[in-house]
Amino acid sequence: MQSDIILKMEGICKSFPGVRALHNVDFTLRKGEIHALMGENGAGKSTLIKIITGVYQKDAGQIYLEGRPVSFRSPQEAQDMGIGTVFQEIALCPNLTVAENMFIGRGRDRFVHWKTMNGKAAEMLSSLGIPASPTQELASCSIAVQQMIAIARAVDMDCKILILDEPTSSLDEDEVQKLFALMRQLKARGVGIIFITHFIDQVYEISDRITVLRNGELIGEYEASSLPQIELISKMMGKALSDVSSMKKLEPGKADDSVPVFEATALSSAAGVRPFDFTIQKGEVNGFAGLLGSGRSESVRAIFAADKVTGGEVKVNGKRVKIKSPLDAMKQGIGYLPEDRKGDGIIDELSVRDNIILAMQVMKGFFRPLSRKQAEEFAEQFIQQLDIKVPSPNTPIKSLSGGNQQKVVLARWLLTQPMYLILDEPTRGIDVGTKVEIQKLVLKLAAEGMSLTFISSEIDEMLRVCSRMIVMKDREIVGELSGTNLTEQDVMQMIAQGGK
Amino acid sequence: MGAVSATKPRTRLSNSTLLFIIAGIIFVLMYGFALISYPGSFMQFQTFFDLFNFNAALFIVTLGLCVVMIGGGIDISVGAVCGLVTMACAMLLELGSGNIWGALFLALGIGLAFGLMHGFLIAYLEIQPFIVTLGGMFLAQGLLTTLHREPLNVTLPAFVALRNFTIEIPWLGTVNRLGIFIPCEIKPGVIVVVVLVALYAALMKWSRFGRNVYAVGGDRQSARMLGINVKRTTFLSYVICGFTAGISGFVFLMTTGAGNIGNGSLFEMKAIASNVMGGILLNGGVGNLLGAPIGTMTLLTINELIRAAGVQSNLQAIVSGLLLYLFIVLQSIVMSLRGSGKFRLALPSWLKSHQVQDK
Amino acid sequence: MLKPKTRFSNLSNLFLPLSVLAILIIINLIKGADYFRITVVNGAFYGNIPNILFGASELVILSVGMTLVTAASRGQDISIGESGAISSAIFVQYVLRSGNVTLWTILVGFLISCVAGIVIGAFNGTLVSFFNVQPMVATLILFLGGRSIAFIIDGKVSPILANEISNRIGTVIPGVPIQTPIILTAVFIVLVAMVLKATNLRLYVEAVGINPSAARLNGINPKRVIFLTFLIMGVCSAIAGFIAVNKAGRHDSVNLLKFIMMDAILAVALGGNSLGGGRFGITGSILGAYTIEMLNRTLLRLEVNPEAIKVFKAVFIIVLMIVASPVVRAFVTQALDKAKSIIAGSPLRQTGGTADATGRKGE
Repeated sequence: MQSDIILKMEGICKSFPGVRALHNVDFTLRKGEIHALMGENGAGKSTLIKIITGVYQKDAGQIYLEGRPVSFRSPQEAQDMGIGTVFQEIALCPNLTVAENMFIGRGRDRFVHWKTMNGKAAEMLSSLGIPASPTQELASCSIAVQQMIAIARAVDMDCKILILDEPTSSLDEDEVQKLFALMRQLKARGVGIIFITHFIDQVYEISDRITVLRNGELIGEYEASSLPQIELISKMMGKALSDVSSMKKLEPGKADDSVPVFEATALSSAAGVRPFDFTIQKGEVNGFAGLLGSGRSESVRAIFAADKVTGGEVKVNGKRVKIKSPLDAMKQGIGYLPEDRKGDGIIDELSVRDNIILAMQVMKGFFRPLSRKQAEEFAEQFIQQLDIKVPSPNTPIKSLSGGNQQKVVLARWLLTQPMYLILDEPTRGIDVGTKVEIQKLVLKLAAEGMSLTFISSEIDEMLRVCSRMIVMKDREIVGELSGTNLTEQDVMQMIAQGGK
Repeated sequence: MGAVSATKPRTRLSNSTLLFIIAGIIFVLMYGFALISYPGSFMQFQTFFDLFNFNAALFIVTLGLCVVMIGGGIDISVGAVCGLVTMACAMLLELGSGNIWGALFLALGIGLAFGLMHGFLIAYLEIQPFIVTLGGMFLAQGLLTTLHREPLNVTLPAFVALRNFTIEIPWLGTVNRLGIFIPCEIKPGVIVVVVLVALYAALMKWSRFGRNVYAVGGDRQSARMLGINVKRTTFLSYVICGFTAGISGFVFLMTTGAGNIGNGSLFEMKAIASNVMGGILLNGGVGNLLGAPIGTMTLLTINELIRAAGVQSNLQAIVSGLLLYLFIVLQSIVMSLRGSGKFRLALPSWLKSHQVQDK
Repeated sequence: MLKPKTRFSNLSNLFLPLSVLAILIIINLIKGADYFRITVVNGAFYGNIPNILFGASELVILSVGMTLVTAASRGQDISIGESGAISSAIFVQYVLRSGNVTLWTILVGFLISCVAGIVIGAFNGTLVSFFNVQPMVATLILFLGGRSIAFIIDGKVSPILANEISNRIGTVIPGVPIQTPIILTAVFIVLVAMVLKATNLRLYVEAVGINPSAARLNGINPKRVIFLTFLIMGVCSAIAGFIAVNKAGRHDSVNLLKFIMMDAILAVALGGNSLGGGRFGITGSILGAYTIEMLNRTLLRLEVNPEAIKVFKAVFIIVLMIVASPVVRAFVTQALDKAKSIIAGSPLRQTGGTADATGRKGE
């Protein structure tokens, strides 16, 4: 039994200035098991992973790799000891070729053997079914392909431990299954896999054991088969069971049949979405459903003029308007929470306060700054209202967990009091608790008369919130679904049949 | 499933290659223009070789800077270090114990010392490269003026012999008015340039270090996650740059034969301009090392052209500034066209293969 | 409870220039106790401190512009000396050609030179913001060609600006105890402070410098903001050129404001600003600029051989940067923490405690 354990961590502590990220956490990983590490955002999963992989150094505690105490000072050392990692944010170099990204930083060869390397890479890519060529520059691959290349790299490293930190957040169902097949294959080879995800179904589909963290502390370690889903969620959130189940029952939003709040005809943008028509009523919540890359994000970006609008007509409250830039859209009362929180949403070095007031401030104009006191009041108001966990409004937003960052971005748009708010994947990479909170908030806002577009890669989430679904495929709208009894099956079917 | 592997996305040119090709085309056009406008001087092979003969040091400095620039850094001390080396070596040869080997070692030693200092401060103490190398530049300039203020001619016979040594290319040359065949001449410095270009190009393309430099220039954080020793890579790139500046100082002295306060002045700016013209972006991660000599040749051709045109000296600077302007704008337009096209090019091919998988 | 913390963080950004200033003052006091002595000549103050304030005027103005450019564009303008030389050449030509020089002439000339500065800023700014050229490369063009343009405007070597008003702007107005460039600089600083107070310049510039893409999606046009910082930089160079040429009394297109961009960039870095853009502090840069001037004058005062001044300056910069480097700072704080915990006898208890407090407050 003892020799079965490949990685053992005891009493791990880690603090950052002002934040205690981990406190006395134990963790064990056995040979040939898939071990899910669960917890809300800010629970300390990523910190624990970064300590295992040598990105951070632990403050206290002990790590044993195959029974021997170890301590990694750099990712390279961890890699050399057989720990492969795929990080949540793709950690590859965009300017290098696909093959280089798979092999760089490994091995002790002083020279690069391009031919052998490309050959090996091609083999690997085709065996994993990744549609990329070894000599292609990484930047020219889509995000999903880049993610799979990162996985291919980790897989190829002949590792004893493979860490997958949210590898599935940018993959679609098909790719996820491919990845799972790969994980099972590795498991059979005796590799210990640490799997982090926010998709609870995926956890039950693949993992053997589950470790739950909350607020930097260990809650427990469980056999996946003996831990009911609902209990897992409550352990992650630290809330009573009844609370969780009641939150799952949400009324779908209702549509109203007067003049549409927003109407677009034959709208198209430089991002390559086909001209489409779109309307939304007051108090309506609708959504764009479709696979990754189906054009759902590009469509809403076109509405907000986030990409260059190349054609089409737009009416707001029945009046024709011109929306040529995000500022135009904002002035028409449209808000947009972007899909890529880190890249497009937050201004990471600025304080929570500045992040909250940003959009409102811009709408007020360059020459009319808010007073410090006003800004402080607005920030405090939304920190309370949305229950944003932050030591002070002056804290830089980058030190917050993902869920709290998302709430700040949400607060930013709510402060502008939009009549139409677009939320593109507001719940991506966010813990279950915040997810439910955001869903509730969406319905509450709609009840108050705001129109919302809600996009999510989890269809069941959209079903819970949206009263109308616009189904997209290959950058084109293929159909529309509405009604209270929609199921995932309906949406899937439309995607499968749609187009051609 | 079989259909999937058949629909592989097209491999497109990397940014580095594209910019390199543009740089090459521009040089050829520029030189072609020079040939047509001033056949008298540019038709002679010697003119072409003289670009190298007289500017070997600039070529070398540009090479070293290129490595740092690909790594996403900057070294503005190279010109001053080059100047300092010329003066230090001249003093050693003229006033101290005259020995060419000693001077060579002194040159390499000075370059290496600056490189080590910059590398350590930038890589391990994480100080901004611009400030560190600004300090290095002041230090080198200050030492240069402290050492010797007047121009210092090296009269050591062995060195003068080296300075005047030329290699004749018997099969290449021109026939002068009297019908006498004059073979082309190249200086030993040119050999150094050629050797270094080959060496550095190989280093950047085939060595682990070279690829690590690209990775670090492309994305520092990712490079670290990929297990690359970012600090050591950065450190070494500055050491190489400093060392190369040392070599260039010695070659400079071999070309002019005198130590002078003005030696190597503005080399850093010329080297940056050359690298930009050679398709190496200051942001790092993009560029082909062979672009460095091509960019230098473009810059020098421009200067020669202006000189041949007999323009007033003040206009010369303006015209070369304007040409640099045109070049930069061209490069930027190409890159932005590519940037907007990228999105459309890459995605559909991926979607196509995706569609097949669905069925 | 929050206020003291912010104030402290502001102070820690100024720690570097302030401590350097303190060290320089101590060195100067050791050299001679009369360092702060101010003498009155013809009703105006003279002495070491007024001389520093006088000498640093151009640098202070330029480093303010440089701070904005650095913060928004994540790069530096290396053509500021050249653009100052061009705009002041235009000023000099206007004044020389207008015959009778009145205050009005000087004012119009100054405004024209500001327009020239804006045009130059627009040139650089267009390249950087609309053509996406890195600032250093974009401004390299004017750096290489700018002085030649200034010379062509001059038409001859060093035209002389011999009139009473220029002389007064460059030195002192009779009856006013403070030298004019110092007053002009002070006015400039007040104006900048007012602009920062009355507009959202800081928020826009910081947002664009940190994350241009997110800034754009919040209605800010990053290109326009970067462009704007270059226009401001152009005005700053014009003002600096105006002061410099009035101080010198003649327009030396080769040496006017030569290599001042190095000092300006150094001032920005010395003021605790990242040269990689993002958040910025104008106060730091201004203090940094005065520190550099003080350093130059201290070296002169210590009778350092003029040839060797650069060596000392270089050593000083390098030592300073080592002391201020994040790695050394982290190392020192760590060592201090360790020493503290040894004294207290309970390692790590303290940091855990504060984290708890903030965590609880969040909930």
